[in-house]
Amino acid sequence: MDKDLTQTVQRVLMRHGSNREALVEILHELNAELGYLSQATLALVAEALKLPSSQVLSVASFYSMLDLEPRGTHVIKFCQDAPCHVAGGREVWEALEHELGIGFGATTPDGRWTLLTTSCIGACAVGPVMLVDEDIYGNLTPERVRQILKQVAERDQAGGAA
Amino acid sequence: MIRAHVLISGDALSLARGAEETRLAIEAELSYLGLDKEVQVSYMGHVDRTDALPMVIVFPEGTRYGAVRPEDGAYIVQEHLYKGRIAQHLLAPPETLSGQIAHLPGRAGAIEAQKRVVLRRAGIIDPTSIDEYIAHDGYFALGKALTEMQPSEVLKTVKDSKLQGRGGAGFPTGLKWSFVVNQPGTKYIVCNADESEPGTFKDRLILEGDPHAVLEGMALAGYAVGAHEGWIYVRGEYGQARERLEYAIKQAEDYGLLGDHIMESGFDFHIHVHAGAGAYVCGEETALLESLEGKRGTPRIRPPYPTVRGFRDQPTVVNNVETLANVPAIILNGADWFRSIGTQASPGTKVYTMLGDVNITGLIEVPMGITLREVIEIYGGGMRGGKAFKCAQTGGASGSIIPAEFLDVPMDFSSMAAKGAALGSGALLVCDEDTDVVDLAYVLVRFFKTESCGKCVPCRVGTVQMLEALGRLQRGYARAADLRRLEEIAGYVQETSFCGLGQAAAVPILTGLRFFRDEFEARVRH
Repeated sequence: MDKDLTQTVQRVLMRHGSNREALVEILHELNAELGYLSQATLALVAEALKLPSSQVLSVASFYSMLDLEPRGTHVIKFCQDAPCHVAGGREVWEALEHELGIGFGATTPDGRWTLLTTSCIGACAVGPVMLVDEDIYGNLTPERVRQILKQVAERDQAGGAA
Repeated sequence: MIRAHVLISGDALSLARGAEETRLAIEAELSYLGLDKEVQVSYMGHVDRTDALPMVIVFPEGTRYGAVRPEDGAYIVQEHLYKGRIAQHLLAPPETLSGQIAHLPGRAGAIEAQKRVVLRRAGIIDPTSIDEYIAHDGYFALGKALTEMQPSEVLKTVKDSKLQGRGGAGFPTGLKWSFVVNQPGTKYIVCNADESEPGTFKDRLILEGDPHAVLEGMALAGYAVGAHEGWIYVRGEYGQARERLEYAIKQAEDYGLLGDHIMESGFDFHIHVHAGAGAYVCGEETALLESLEGKRGTPRIRPPYPTVRGFRDQPTVVNNVETLANVPAIILNGADWFRSIGTQASPGTKVYTMLGDVNITGLIEVPMGITLREVIEIYGGGMRGGKAFKCAQTGGASGSIIPAEFLDVPMDFSSMAAKGAALGSGALLVCDEDTDVVDLAYVLVRFFKTESCGKCVPCRVGTVQMLEALGRLQRGYARAADLRRLEEIAGYVQETSFCGLGQAAAVPILTGLRFFRDEFEARVRH
């Protein structure tokens, strides 16, 4: 078993205590720290909370903010609900698919981008909106999407990130 | 000696638009000019002016600047705080208001405050400062209740106020509390902050703008029903609201306003925050309780209702954020005062997020019973581009699609219900003549298909079938039989789904067909 992983899980569990009620929050924090929830991670959590691993998987697979597989370096979540849709969301979505060359739920072959949709994130006054990792971008147009993707890519290059 | 305060809107939207850089620019310029000891800079919560964010308000004048870009920050400091004159060209655009609502006098550039109950402090105080909350009557209601009132009197006041739940259903709050009072067991107060209806973000702005009001409302609820523990279930996407709440709870505990032996009265009340992880159905109260216990957020069978068997199978009050934020003002000012606002059947105010084809979008608080026409004209600044109103979608995805004949119906729970529509959770998506109702219904049903928890067949399978039929209609492949089938399935889904999510999933189709049938029929292939 990966030693770093074991330590990370133990650290998160320490914060919450081995408490079944905190399972959703424990998984949420591990997801943020590790990028996604691997089978090994879920097994460690199940063992610590003395729960069947099926129950832990059942909870992990239920919530949209918990990922069961690795994501790209940047995760784009585009809001597809009515307020963003009537504000021109369809064109923006098509531009995103076109620019990245992938469809919903996919990751680019180079592992840089994952494209997901999200339900309303409560920023409807500036719709259409998308999240790039933790940052909200609003008042999107196809043109602005191209600019944002370029900016993020340039920032990565400047920072030497993958 | 502080001679001026500079407040910068620090809500998520302002931050996304560079409020932090604006704040840094202002602080740097103050320090450069040696004004940093006499001018205090802090964040405030939301301002109901999405057209002018990030907003900067300079007190004591109350001058409002917006939208302020980082490069404007130094100029405002030089002009306003150093030379003492208003930076005219950076002033926020003026706002128009209805005659029926009280105006507060303001100086040049100041927006006039609406007559508010829930949002009276939001945007005025620094939400991270308990002192500012206390200076604006904060925790006075709790103090009054603990020292002058019996729990039964607090309950009676809320009952007499006729406050109704602001999450969408409009259930009388006092009645809900009274169900819990006589139950045996450990009682809990749960605040439903899992606001996820598309287009609704009022609760986020209440939590970010005035978190202590919600905490005080929960403590009052706890005192009234005999609960000593409260839980706030905040949706996973609202990271900032969660941080503000946790910070506010710690402040209140440090001041002895929450925790053990509050204000030396012998009443204990502890509040915990629990974050969700992305699931719309958790806004349904029994699904919320499951999630709060660390499980999948699937709804429970009712009865027993949460008031009998809720969190940890104990009697539980589950109230919406806005509902709880009303409570301190009711206890402080009395039930008669509250009933003097709004309508007889639905007193008080309602907070909405107005979106779509109007000139001004954003957060508003209006008296119950105002008409949609007034809201659009007064608060929305009219329809954008002078186009005609076609329909509005109320209360997020589970609200109704309402046509122009509803423009003059008073917006309160009973008047809307009498006309076969729902007031919903507080979103107003206004659509103009160019809107395609079939397309709108498609997007709304797609939302429910994505968010269905999968527990019951009518919702899990029905949403898929409805979406397929709508898709065929949209693409022009549907026959008359498909439309009949769509209506039939929508009827089954509404009648037989296990919880409110499934029941609501059919509403866009059923209300769409009721008011705009010709548009659906026009798409049928003959």
